[in-house]
Parts: sequence; C-alpha cells; structure tokens
Amino acid sequence: MTTNTRAASYTTGSDQKRTIHFPDEHAHRSKGLPAVPNAIIECKDVNVYYNAFRAVTGVDLAFGSKEITALIGPSGCGKSTLLRSLNRMNDLIDGARVEGSVTFQGEDIYHREVDAIEVRRRIGMVFQKPNPFPKSIYDNIAYGPRVIGMKASNMDDLVEEALTRAALWTEVKDKLKQSAFGLSGGQQQRLCIARTIAVKPDVILMDEPCSSLDPIATSRIEDLMYELREDYTIIIVTHNMQQAARVADRTAFFTALASEETGDRTGLLVEYDLTKKIFESPADQRTEDYISGRFG
Amino acid sequence: MTFLTTGLGAHIRSASIRGKVRGGEHSARSVLFLIALWLCLFVAFGVLLTLIITTLIDGSSRLDSRLVTEYPASGPERAGLRPAILGSIWVIGVTAVMTIPLGVAAAVHLEEFADRKKWFNRAIELNVQNLAAVPSIVYGLLALGFLALLGVQNKNIVIGGALALGLLVLPVIIISTREALRAVPLEIRQGSLALGATPLQTVWRQTLPASVPGIATGAILGLSRALGEAAPLLVLGALVFVSFDPNGLLSGYTTMPIQIFNWTSRPQAEFHELASAGSILLLLILLAMNGLAIFIRNRYQQRW
Repeated sequence: MTTNTRAASYTTGSDQKRTIHFPDEHAHRSKGLPAVPNAIIECKDVNVYYNAFRAVTGVDLAFGSKEITALIGPSGCGKSTLLRSLNRMNDLIDGARVEGSVTFQGEDIYHREVDAIEVRRRIGMVFQKPNPFPKSIYDNIAYGPRVIGMKASNMDDLVEEALTRAALWTEVKDKLKQSAFGLSGGQQQRLCIARTIAVKPDVILMDEPCSSLDPIATSRIEDLMYELREDYTIIIVTHNMQQAARVADRTAFFTALASEETGDRTGLLVEYDLTKKIFESPADQRTEDYISGRFG
Repeated sequence: MTFLTTGLGAHIRSASIRGKVRGGEHSARSVLFLIALWLCLFVAFGVLLTLIITTLIDGSSRLDSRLVTEYPASGPERAGLRPAILGSIWVIGVTAVMTIPLGVAAAVHLEEFADRKKWFNRAIELNVQNLAAVPSIVYGLLALGFLALLGVQNKNIVIGGALALGLLVLPVIIISTREALRAVPLEIRQGSLALGATPLQTVWRQTLPASVPGIATGAILGLSRALGEAAPLLVLGALVFVSFDPNGLLSGYTTMPIQIFNWTSRPQAEFHELASAGSILLLLILLAMNGLAIFIRNRYQQRW
C-alpha cells in the first residue's frame, strides 16, 4: 500500500490533521474529466424509479476495470440504489425500474435476452450488514460454487483459496465446520467477501461494507480491498469520506435534490473524477462543501 | 437567546420526584383491572384443572396395560383401545404424508413466488386464513361429498378419514410455514441471489432449511388438533366397534376420540371409567406432541 501512494494532508471537521494516502499511479491522467480507460461497466443517462418516484436521475458514469471506485454523498442521494441497479439486485424490489443503459463489457445488462442470474454471477455484491448463511464457514464459501455448478476439481482447495484471498484463512482454518455465526462482525464481513470471491466474479459491489464494523475491522477490510484490486473491479458505496480517500482510485460525488411539490429526494451525480482531484481541488462548489464538512 | 431560557425556566419545577403518580400502578382503577385479569386466569385455569382431575379420578382404575392391548368388547372389563390407537396412528400418519408436502409447497409459492398484486393470489391468501377457522364438521361433509363423487361406497376407510383431517390441517400448515419463511431475513435471500443462485435454489437451499423448525412445530400442532377430532370422521361413518387392526389405506378403522365418544354413550358406569382412562391417554399423547413441538422450536430455531 505504501509503494504506490503519496501522502496528503487533510483537515477533518474536528480540526485534526490526518495523513491520507492517495494511489498515485493514475496521476498522469488526472487532467481532463471522466474519460475512464478500460471501463468495465458504463452507465448512460441512468434513471432509477420506485413506482412513480424517481430515486436517481440522469447518471452518466463509467467504472474502470481493476480500479476501486467510491460513490459518496449524503443519505438519500441514491448511491445505494445506483449500486444495486448495476447487478440487477433492484429487480427484487417491487416497482423498481431502471431507465437508460447499464452496460457490462459492452453488453446491456437490462437487455431482455440477458438473465439477471448470469449478471449477478459476474457482478457480485457485499452488503451493509454482514449476512453469513446459517451454515458452517466451509459451506458458506462452498455454497456459491455449488449453486452455479462451478467445475471445481477440489472444493477444499477452492474454499482455502477464497478464505486466503479474503485474509481469513489463518483465523478460521481450524474451525471450518463451525457455524459462521460464531465469528465476529469483521470476520463475518470478510467471510462474505470470501464467499463472493469464491464464484470468481469480475466486479464486486460493496454497499457500505464497513458501516457496522469497528475501526480495526474496517482497516482490515480496506487493506483487503486494496489487495483484491489487482484482480477485481470494486465499486464501493461509503458514508465515510476518509475511507473513499484512502482506498478509491476514483470517486463519484452524489447529492440529493428535493422536489418542490412532493419533497421527494432524487439523487444526481455532481462530480466524478480521480479521488485525489475530488478531495484536493473539486470542480463543483457542492462537492467542496460536502468534502470540507460544511454540508448539513 | 436569553428570553428563551427564562421562558423555559418558568416551566421547570423543583419539586421532589418522590410520591405516587396519579393514574399510576397503584391507583384504584389499575388495581381493579389487575384483579379482573387474575380472575379471568383463575376461571380458565380452574375449569381446566377440575376437568383433568375428575377425569383422572374416574379413569385411574382402568389406566393399565389392558387399555392399550385389548380390543373393544361388550363387557367393559375386557375392553381396550388397541384398534383405536392403531387407527389414530394410521389416519394421522396418512394425513401427515398427504398434507405436509402439499402445505409447505403451497406456502412457498404464496410467500416466495406469488405476485401479491394479482387479485387471485390475494384471494387465495384470504381464503387460506379463513379456512383455518372453519368448523371441522364442514371438512367431514366436504370429504363425504368428494368420496361420493368418486363413487366410493364404503367411506369409512383410512384414506377417507385422512382426506377429511388433511383438509382440516392444511390451512394450519400453510399459515405456520408462511410465518416460518417470513422469519428468514431478506438479507439471506439477497446474499444467495447475489452469488448467482436462482430463486428456486435460494428457496431450496437457504430459506426452506432455515424454516424447518417453524414448519415442524406448525405441522405437529396441526396434527395434534386432528388427532383429537371426532366430528368429521363420524360424518364419514367411522365404525365404533372395531375388533381388528387396521392394515392399509382402504382398511376400516376407528380412532381414539370416536371410541371414547362411543364408550361415554353406554349406560354402564364401567364404560365411563374406560372412557376417562382413554381420555387421559389421548391427553398424554397430545401433551407429548406439543412438548415435542416446543422442544423442536427451542432447540433448532435459528436466532438471527
């Protein structure tokens, strides 16, 4: 983590000086706006509705392959909604509808010939609250490969590999047959990440994965994300701006606009750029207000 | 800001917090209400206790091994419940085999797959809830009509009785299974689907296994209700004097409640004792079944 980063000073709301590391390898393209090379997922004019209510409006966003992209913004700005529309998890909510196009490797994931099941096999998801299955640690990992009919010559090896990648193997290798509910919150969340890795997706969506964890567990997950970035594209929704600053290559800032008639809040994308740019010299005043803590 | 502070200050009392609150726990109304509650409990419990004790006293003289080994006889001293016990086992067993898979499948469909916006799904839901409250004799008449429609002459057969009791138990199983499925958190389903599992795999491998304790509890309670039923079976012409062991789906049978009912209508006091002894046995079986249901619930229920 230290090799590719440089330190920047950052003043938090409580006037404490903190040092935050920015990934520097994309510094050469920090000029110019959102042109994202090797985008794996692209959103064009995406609107998400819950029945008549528009939760997200007109989002144009591209997610770079093998990068970490953070979606930040105040509550109700539609970042989780947008995230869930990237692997069709919104299909499960009655009345949810996506307009515009979301493409994965150039193919529209909402095309009628595309099966949502296949989309989710390629684009996995880690949730806000750790949600291990009521099964053993081993079976939690083996579940995904089993249901998608993955041809694994040796399931034991696959489980070990997934747990090792998620930095959990040494902690659980002697209790693989025990219930996953016996693990701590942070371990459970890493188990959920391991479970997602086990089906070998291309993209991992993370919806506030650290919001229920303490700072130490959070930092372990962040280290893990940084390691996983070598092989996976990660898109993370977070309320923690420092987390975005620490881990993300690019950051998208969203805000919510309240309708004058109904008071419904609709989310829209304000600014999207390299994380360094967003945190050091944001182009939009609203971004700057939010970053510097002057926002609500 | 100062005017606000003084304005609020005027409302602050410096009185002690000791003393009784008006309308609190010890006011006359509260105490009266509490007494009424206790009285309700006492009446309900007292009636039950009296019933059990008098039955115990009446039946204790006949509570022996002959009760379970002997066949019904014209002389009360030689009579027993053997065919009735076997008949109950047969009928309840067949009921369980028929209704549990059907009830669980119906509940899974309603809870996990049915589109709640469609009017017919809502109509089915409403009907299932109402069916649970229908008097059991109605199910007996329904089964009678159904068997007559099929052209079955002798309706007093194990499968016929199981049909009537199955209709009775089905709504109970559907409702309890739905509740058990609903208790499985949405996060588990989402976690499974996010890994690329199909909705069917999610139900089969996650939701259903997690709700087995709830389903088992509901099924046992439903079946124990069926075990105590006599009315629907009497409508089907259940025999009251069976001197053979039932041996198949088409065999004639009697069940414990029917045999007990028959004995109570005899003039001899000895038969009444026999009926009391039979009731105690039936009560013990029901108690054991409910105990098993509670055990399964406490032992295996998933805490989320």
